[in-house]
Amino acid sequence: MKALTFAAGFLTATAAVAQQETLTVYAPDYFVSEWGPGPRIEELFEARCDCDLQFLPGDVLPRILLEGDRTEADVVIGLNTDVTQQARESGLFAPHRVDLAPLTLPIDWTDDVFLPFNYSHTAFVYATTRLNDAPDSFDALLNAPDDLRIVIQDPRSSISGLAMALWVHAIYGDEAQAAWEQLAPKIVTVTRGWSESYGLFTDGEADMVLSYTTSPAYHIIAEDDTTKKAAIFPEGHYFMVELAAKLAGTDQPELAQDFMDFILSEDFQSMIATGNWSFPAALPRDQWPEGFQQLDMPETVLFYSEEEAAALRDEAIEAWRQGLSR
Amino acid sequence: MLQLDGVEIGMGTEQLRADLSLHPGARVAVLGPSGAGKSTLLDIIAGFRVPDRGHVSWDGIDLTDALPQGRPVSILFQDGNLFPHLTLARNLGLALRPDGRRPDAASRARIEAALDRVGLHGLGDRRPGTLSGGQMGRTALARVLLQDRPVLLLDEPFAALGPALKTEMLALVGDVAAELGALTLLVTHDPADARRFAESVVLVAEGVAHPPAETDRLLDDPPPALRAYLG
Amino acid sequence: MAARPVALTAAPTTARIATLSAAGILAALTLGPIAAVLWRAGGLGAVTPADLDALRFTLVQAALSAGFSCALAVPVARALARRRFVGRGALVALMGAPFILPVIVAVMGLIALFGQAGLVNGALSALGLPKIDIYGLHGVVVAHVFFNLPLAVRILLQGWLDLPAERFRLAASLRLTPWAIFSQLEWPLLRRLMPGAFAVFFVICLTSFAVALTLGGGPRATTVELAIYQAMRFEFDLSHAATLALIQLALALVAGWVALRLSRGAGLGTGLDRLPLRWDGQGPAARLTDSAWIAVAGAFLLVPLALVVARGVPGLVLLGADTWRAAGHSLGVALASTVLCLAWALPLARPRGALLSLAAIAISPLVLGTGLFVILRPFVNPFTLALPVTALVNALMALPFALRIITPAAESTRADYARLAATLRLTRGAWLRLVLLPRLRRPLGFAAGLTAALAMGDLGVIALFADPQRATLPLQVYRLMGSYQMEAAAGASLLLLILSFGLFVLFDRGGRVRASA
Repeated sequence: MKALTFAAGFLTATAAVAQQETLTVYAPDYFVSEWGPGPRIEELFEARCDCDLQFLPGDVLPRILLEGDRTEADVVIGLNTDVTQQARESGLFAPHRVDLAPLTLPIDWTDDVFLPFNYSHTAFVYATTRLNDAPDSFDALLNAPDDLRIVIQDPRSSISGLAMALWVHAIYGDEAQAAWEQLAPKIVTVTRGWSESYGLFTDGEADMVLSYTTSPAYHIIAEDDTTKKAAIFPEGHYFMVELAAKLAGTDQPELAQDFMDFILSEDFQSMIATGNWSFPAALPRDQWPEGFQQLDMPETVLFYSEEEAAALRDEAIEAWRQGLSR
Repeated sequence: MLQLDGVEIGMGTEQLRADLSLHPGARVAVLGPSGAGKSTLLDIIAGFRVPDRGHVSWDGIDLTDALPQGRPVSILFQDGNLFPHLTLARNLGLALRPDGRRPDAASRARIEAALDRVGLHGLGDRRPGTLSGGQMGRTALARVLLQDRPVLLLDEPFAALGPALKTEMLALVGDVAAELGALTLLVTHDPADARRFAESVVLVAEGVAHPPAETDRLLDDPPPALRAYLG
Repeated sequence: MAARPVALTAAPTTARIATLSAAGILAALTLGPIAAVLWRAGGLGAVTPADLDALRFTLVQAALSAGFSCALAVPVARALARRRFVGRGALVALMGAPFILPVIVAVMGLIALFGQAGLVNGALSALGLPKIDIYGLHGVVVAHVFFNLPLAVRILLQGWLDLPAERFRLAASLRLTPWAIFSQLEWPLLRRLMPGAFAVFFVICLTSFAVALTLGGGPRATTVELAIYQAMRFEFDLSHAATLALIQLALALVAGWVALRLSRGAGLGTGLDRLPLRWDGQGPAARLTDSAWIAVAGAFLLVPLALVVARGVPGLVLLGADTWRAAGHSLGVALASTVLCLAWALPLARPRGALLSLAAIAISPLVLGTGLFVILRPFVNPFTLALPVTALVNALMALPFALRIITPAAESTRADYARLAATLRLTRGAWLRLVLLPRLRRPLGFAAGLTAALAMGDLGVIALFADPQRATLPLQVYRLMGSYQMEAAAGASLLLLILSFGLFVLFDRGGRVRASA
């Protein structure tokens, strides 16, 4: 399908672009693959805007910060709260001017610049076929025998790895380093990003992988496989939300605003669950796809605000580093 | 006239001095013990080495700092005189077209004629690897014919050939040199070569390249340095 | 010996200009981006204690990896030189494959062999033995040896090939003892070749990133390159990143300089199938050890490859149009990189060019990408340059290897024919077209194959330049993995392996067709 869009895009590019306005959206790399949410977002939005939505994939934040006010982006999508402070301080972003009432997040959200579009929580995912008695709490995980093998991501190179460092900090506070020390013998390895970890898990290298509460939904819906579970811990799970924002210097202010409004629309929200394998940010649970409604949800949600996350980051990473270096 | 005025050059710990002049068209043997500087003398004339002091000139024109490709000199080395991956015709063609383009009809005729002249009729499409040592020497001489330069230097190119073949080749060198009217310097360590080929001899020994002396007179009554070498 | 050497190539000034501009572009492309990043950052940053830990680990793993690669190459190369068996040439050719293997593919193969669920541990637990753990410093070293051992073996085999066969015949006819053969024939060669090889491996391992991260097992295995990645992408601390990049570059240049001082003529040879023959070591003990070495090294190098193939086959049918298009882009990039790299390598194929080019593999690709971005952004839209920049960066990264292959042959061609060319008054063009290029056919083919394969597999993609519609194949592998498509990713990895190896063989063979004496 994406192939056809591309081919058509090439053929009509010269003719159509002359009349059509283009909205340029910076997005993370996985967004634009044929399996990512990008193609469906593009299709839905272009159906309602009579414009050309163009995703430019890559490192969203470093790129924007390098480009400053010369950026070509009108909108960015796929940022995470744990790194938005620098983005906000750059002054490059404008208020989203979207009514936040429809949000269905498990936390209060009042940010007037960064608009959530989907969320999930950090969680350890396992296969019931390979692990009979998965730990039922974080403490149980720490105290599990050392032959339980888990794989996690590096908090210095991966957003989910950073979320886990904050997760451990949120639960154990000053004891975070000790918690990491207890966890250390069970950690098979630490990978650069989520993809490598998940690949090791599906290859059977690890019993549990640091991933998201929503990961089992992929296996349920796409593979009809109900044996993958996220272990739910009573201590709580760290909240991860993905955000979009509008550039202050956009030369397509109206289109950009339309896109921001589109994000909380039902079209977008009912697609994003299976588009990005995450919980929709503004859709009641009973309207989620079937597979998502089956998922175990954490009762306690842990979350650090942008300022707290920025202030705690170095400490949380250092606890991880020291704890795993012993 | 080829002139070396007060030329001095360091060769490792040794020195070589040369103060001599050679006439156009002359056939000269360069004789002396190994390591004395025979090849160095040729290198200075060909421009591969620049003397520390002194001047080299041809017909009154100073060549001391001229690049090898700017000198009126053709040279045959001990080996590696032909490009092994090119046919004989291509190897010879380079003498006529240094830009490497394919020779035109007239040039091709000249190349054929040169090969005929050295007795390699019809071998233009062969590559050097398929030739005998003598045939390779002949090819190189055919190219000297085409280069047509007034000075010809031979740095023992036939040292690896048997006695009969060497004699044959020296005769051919003599013919080529006569045809071109070129001043020819032949480096050799065999006095018989000198007698057969050269009217005069430059003796290189004990750090000096001596002015040319008539071959027979020199060899019949050798000075002490030469006598030590001849034994 | 020559008091005043004379430049001998046909038109010395043009040649000099070509060499100097190639060197100038190389220096500009390595130092320019760092300078641009520094300028954008406004100065150098401080070095933290964590950086020092990373530096220490980087040096230790690089030294161990290079050391083991060199040490293990000796018995393996000796065994291959002494034993004659059916398929020996093919085995040596296949054993060269890991070096041109894309890192992500290779790591998957190694984990499939040594991982928790891998073949080795499967066999161990079937025997009731404790499992081995691949993750940690030793895992990093194992992976680096996997990559570099083939190259080290090649360097040695080539070294023996260059020794006159008469020496081994003489040794055999004198019935020299193994110790005498080692001290009289092998040791002088090792002393000549190994320092240079060690330095090259050391520099390659210095910038290791994905290997150290996946197999390192945790923060103890932090390399300088990972610290750069963190500073660049996560903290957006450009001055910190540039500082680390300069440290890395300095280390590489020191290593390269030492290697250049210590070694002479450690060429990579010009082909895979010419093998030296030795007549020593025909006793039963020597036969047994040799066979064991060949079996172990062969298994170590080939089983991971086989596993990549086995795991990838089911995924091949899952490959979508995106992946095939990405494969097309990667092929284009690989060919462009090859042309660029060879055009660059020819004028630089001189002894000092090798040192300069070491800077190219020592510079952090991340810093390189960011610097180019800072430089180019004011003039062009970087998205439109994604593939050209990728091709350029890959050419740069392959340059040191291309130079090591081409330089010895280029030097000997100059030594053999420059004087003749001068007396023939050959023009620069004729020299290049009629002499240098034909004489370098085999090494050029080998270098082109290596460059194409490296450019095919290397994720030299700078995320800053990513192009939405023109992904390369390695990037596509990551995208598939990032979207839960693990099986398709395995298929795409296999496709990558096939294309890399295919390009290599194609060029390498091409260099030999009609390559006459």
